[in-house]
Amino acid sequence: MYSKDGENYFIVDAHIALWDARPENQRNIHGKQFIDCFYDYHRNLSPESELWTYEEYLYQGGERLMKDLFTDGYVDHAIFQPAHLGAFYRNGFGQTEEAFALARRHPDKLTYNHCWDPRHEQAGLDQLRRDAERFGLKGVKLYTAEWQGDSRGYKLDDPWSYRYLEACQELGIRNIHIHKGPTIRPLDRDAFDVADIDKVATDFTDLNFVVEHCGLPRLEDFCWIATQEPNVHAGLAVAMPFIHTRPRYFAQIIGELLYWLDENRIQFSSDYALWTPRWLVEAFVDFQIPEDMTEYAPLTVAQKKKILGLNAAAMYDLPVPEQLRLPREEPQAAAVA
Amino acid sequence: MMVTEEQARAALHTVVDPELDEPITDLGFVRSLAVDGTRVTVHLRLPTSFCAPNFAYLMASDAKDALAALPGVSTAVVRLDDHHDSDLINRGLAEDAGYRGTFGGEAEQDLDELRLTFRRKAHTAAMERALTQLLRADPELSEEDLHDVTLADLAEGPGTEGLLRRRAALGLGTGPEEPVLVDDHGRPYPREEVPLRLRFARSIRISIDGNAHFCRGLLRTRYPGSGEDQAPRAPEQFPTTVRTKAS
Repeated sequence: MYSKDGENYFIVDAHIALWDARPENQRNIHGKQFIDCFYDYHRNLSPESELWTYEEYLYQGGERLMKDLFTDGYVDHAIFQPAHLGAFYRNGFGQTEEAFALARRHPDKLTYNHCWDPRHEQAGLDQLRRDAERFGLKGVKLYTAEWQGDSRGYKLDDPWSYRYLEACQELGIRNIHIHKGPTIRPLDRDAFDVADIDKVATDFTDLNFVVEHCGLPRLEDFCWIATQEPNVHAGLAVAMPFIHTRPRYFAQIIGELLYWLDENRIQFSSDYALWTPRWLVEAFVDFQIPEDMTEYAPLTVAQKKKILGLNAAAMYDLPVPEQLRLPREEPQAAAVA
Repeated sequence: MMVTEEQARAALHTVVDPELDEPITDLGFVRSLAVDGTRVTVHLRLPTSFCAPNFAYLMASDAKDALAALPGVSTAVVRLDDHHDSDLINRGLAEDAGYRGTFGGEAEQDLDELRLTFRRKAHTAAMERALTQLLRADPELSEEDLHDVTLADLAEGPGTEGLLRRRAALGLGTGPEEPVLVDDHGRPYPREEVPLRLRFARSIRISIDGNAHFCRGLLRTRYPGSGEDQAPRAPEQFPTTVRTKAS
């Protein structure tokens, strides 16, 4: 919980990882390139006081994670969204066993989402059923640019993806988090294109599709789809830290999301360990749309509460203490009377 | 006949990052340029190892084409440094293998559609910049009024020049009577759709501007000192006076 100016905020960090990118876990040069790319994101967008050393960045471990999120970071609940990246890391990038064990020790604080890859076809589908039971999955994280053999990505509207999504429906895995990456076949078209999400959102109306980093670098394509598909949500991973380096750009992102979606479909995350939640939560509560950007309405406290935690809590059925909820909206007729 | 470094740099200046809609020279993507008689060698660098390989290839092969087309160049060598596909792309460039020859099974036809997609986005963003400038300058003007704005109504300046250049790249008319707010084929929208279309154009402009700033910043982080090679991106400009139709 975070408190400021008499307001209390329930915080859900909806996208976190427990990764291991240390050299002994790197399978090849791409393992180093990948974490170096993350570290440059971190260095480029963090305030100086929040910068980590490269060594710290390679691996954090559970104890450090608990401290950064829950002791220092105001977070009430966090959701693991692991990327496997088996082509880059020997034991994967996201540490399944370590993260799951941590979530079991702190079920009130942590939810473990797992990942699947439709290119494993039937074997992966069988594995998904076992994983759903073992982890008690409510959600999955999909990284569509994952390398797999000769393939460097898949689309959500591939035939095998459909079978996996059908299995999710059946298994009660309702929350599908999608991270669009840059390399996908064929290379003829824009790899960041989110058109496949449009298709599956139409065909699986009982699933939620949370598009991480709100479709960036294709905010416009994402907004256009989300405005038509009520089950498409925006995850703020990677978008959040712009609040520090480029507050006007951040204002535009939030302003556009509120215009094209609505305040119930936007979720905060620090994208830990890319960044840490403490400074992001503080900055977001203090944040306001600049006055000269008259095309956007000012952000309200209620909108901030929803984005920082209540939206993700509703999606994941997380219990929210009474005093941290928003007052129930009165029916229109009562208000008139 | 020999080529000068200035000529080579000018040729590279014509190569545009399609996603960011800016010359690779201004973005700081040219790491080094060496001219030795009739041989030109260029190293390119990008903000991350994982920048999309199709865009990386486009810029590198456009750079090679631009240099090879210069009179006085016998050999143009372009190398992409520090990218996850550096080996593949550099081999393809060295052999003049073309897009399909470079990427093999990952390529289907060509990158024309990709180029067109981003030319259209660049045009839409330029259109939004010009129209938002008009709106800010004249509080009396409503969004729906933008339906009637023609190219003659726009103030002279880099913004309007940029719009005209991007229209020309799409084969759209550039005459003074042409409506400004148009779709990808140059057709105006119905008046009642104008606010929504402006709004969508704005989201495209925000995306491109945001990506451009992020990519520039990442390049500076990745390659210390590279900021000195970057030209500043034009800031948001909202002048208080605008030339009107009557003037």
